[in-house]
Amino acid sequence: MIEVYNLHKEFDGVPVLKGITTTFEKGKTNMIIGQSGSGKTVFLKCLLGLQVPEKGIISFDGRKHTELDIKSHRQLRQEIGMVFQGGALYDSLTVEENIMFPLQMFTENSKEEMLERVNVVLNRVNLENANKKFPAELSGGMQKRVAIARAIVMNPKYLFCDEPNSGLDPNTAIVIDNLIQEITKEYNIITVINSHDMNSVMEIGEKIIFLKDGVKAWEGTNKEIFETENEAIVKFVYSSNLFKKVRDAYLKKTK
Amino acid sequence: MNYVEHIGKYFIMLKQVFRKPQKWSVFRETLFREIEDLGLKSLGIIAFISFFVGGVVAIQTALNVDSPLIPKHLIGFATKRSMILEFAPTFMCVILAGKVGSYITSSIGTMRVTEQIDALEVMGINSLNYLVLPKIIAAVFFYPLLVLMAMFLGIYGGYLAGVLTDLFHSEDYIYGIQLEFNPFFIQYALIKTFVFAFVIATIPAYHGYFVKGGSLEVGRASTQAVVWTSIVIILLNYFLTQMLLS
Ligand SMILES: Nc1ncnc2c1ncn2[C@@H]1O[C@H](COP(=O)(O)OP(=O)(O)O)[C@@H](O)[C@H]1O
Ligand SMILES: [Mg+2]
Repeated sequence: MIEVYNLHKEFDGVPVLKGITTTFEKGKTNMIIGQSGSGKTVFLKCLLGLQVPEKGIISFDGRKHTELDIKSHRQLRQEIGMVFQGGALYDSLTVEENIMFPLQMFTENSKEEMLERVNVVLNRVNLENANKKFPAELSGGMQKRVAIARAIVMNPKYLFCDEPNSGLDPNTAIVIDNLIQEITKEYNIITVINSHDMNSVMEIGEKIIFLKDGVKAWEGTNKEIFETENEAIVKFVYSSNLFKKVRDAYLKKTK
Repeated sequence: MNYVEHIGKYFIMLKQVFRKPQKWSVFRETLFREIEDLGLKSLGIIAFISFFVGGVVAIQTALNVDSPLIPKHLIGFATKRSMILEFAPTFMCVILAGKVGSYITSSIGTMRVTEQIDALEVMGINSLNYLVLPKIIAAVFFYPLLVLMAMFLGIYGGYLAGVLTDLFHSEDYIYGIQLEFNPFFIQYALIKTFVFAFVIATIPAYHGYFVKGGSLEVGRASTQAVVWTSIVIILLNYFLTQMLLS
């Protein structure tokens, strides 16, 4: 379980996160939602330890960031897989080399063993015949698949995804969403996904945290989003007419 | 940020850079790639420039010493001296600062703004050590070789200029370049190159690593990096010359 307690983060005196408290459980797809600029990425980077919060406790199965020395921090990071918003693939390396990179860095496996593992994860994300390609030669959806493959190649216990389906067409977006959810279940890991896409929230959001003005304005499941009267979230989610209709239909059906 | 803060941050960066590589096999691989990117790919331009600079220095000297009292072998002597002392180490390193410096800043800066550096850090990799150390080693070991080549080609360029223009005799030139050979001058040039190579690898890396924003800022940082690298090389050249030669 990842526990976050009273997390504060500011930039040059401007607060972005003003005391976030929540938990993320194993085997669940947790989602952080909120407007662009609401601090989702900053929140995730604090979890990852890429940014240092001013205040607050972050604990990964009992291991608190602040109490770890550099070595155990690096150890913890090897248990984390991260899918960055833009993919963040190393553009001087081929797909195969990108995915193999953590293995080369942290294992003593032979080249054959590493390549075998690379093919296993590439298979898992349904990407074949792309081994020798460079990231720039891939479509957005394929880049995301490679990024996911790289994130899971070390068998992480924690998987973080920053807007994994931004910039993808709706079909591909759903495929990527489902892929992340399947991986979460299959490997029984803790997954945290940033998103502002209501489609994926409804599709795979088992626990949803809504960030607004630096605080957690709402928390619940994707079913509960339909039923909540919370003004902030209703306003955020139902700024789209389509979702308004979906919600009305849902509420009518359940009454 | 003011200059003092930048300088402080630069040295803090260096402390992270000079760690033991996390994996030697990976380090070796990146080192070879950097030798190619920073060194071998600059071979052509350095050869080209030093050859012609040597030619021009010889012609200029020949044109300016038409007094019969000055011996003709001075042309070869002057070309040799100026190539070894200044043109090969300092001038070539300023050229490299432009070519390699902008490459280093833009490649590291792009990695920063596209979160590739974050991706390294998330994996538990010391990104400064991984990205910058191989560049420093590649530059520090390869640029002295480039500069030796530049000395040789510059002096050879001067010789060919004489042969082609008939401004001086090649025997005089060859006599001139053999005159008063002082191995310490080569040592001095190589010490300078060593220091400049370090500057060329690290100042642009600093500018790239700490860039904020998008591709526009990366471009701006590259320009800044080249300007500062050149300034630092010129200043260090002054101090090193005073320290080593006077
Ligand atoms: N490194 C940084 N320096 C200064 N401000 C930042 C930095 N990173 C993020 N911010 C600010 O924090 C706020 C939240 O950003 P972000 O987490 O990227 O939003 P989101 O991911 O929800 O779109 C924004 O106002 C942004 O300008
Ligand atoms: Mg974001």
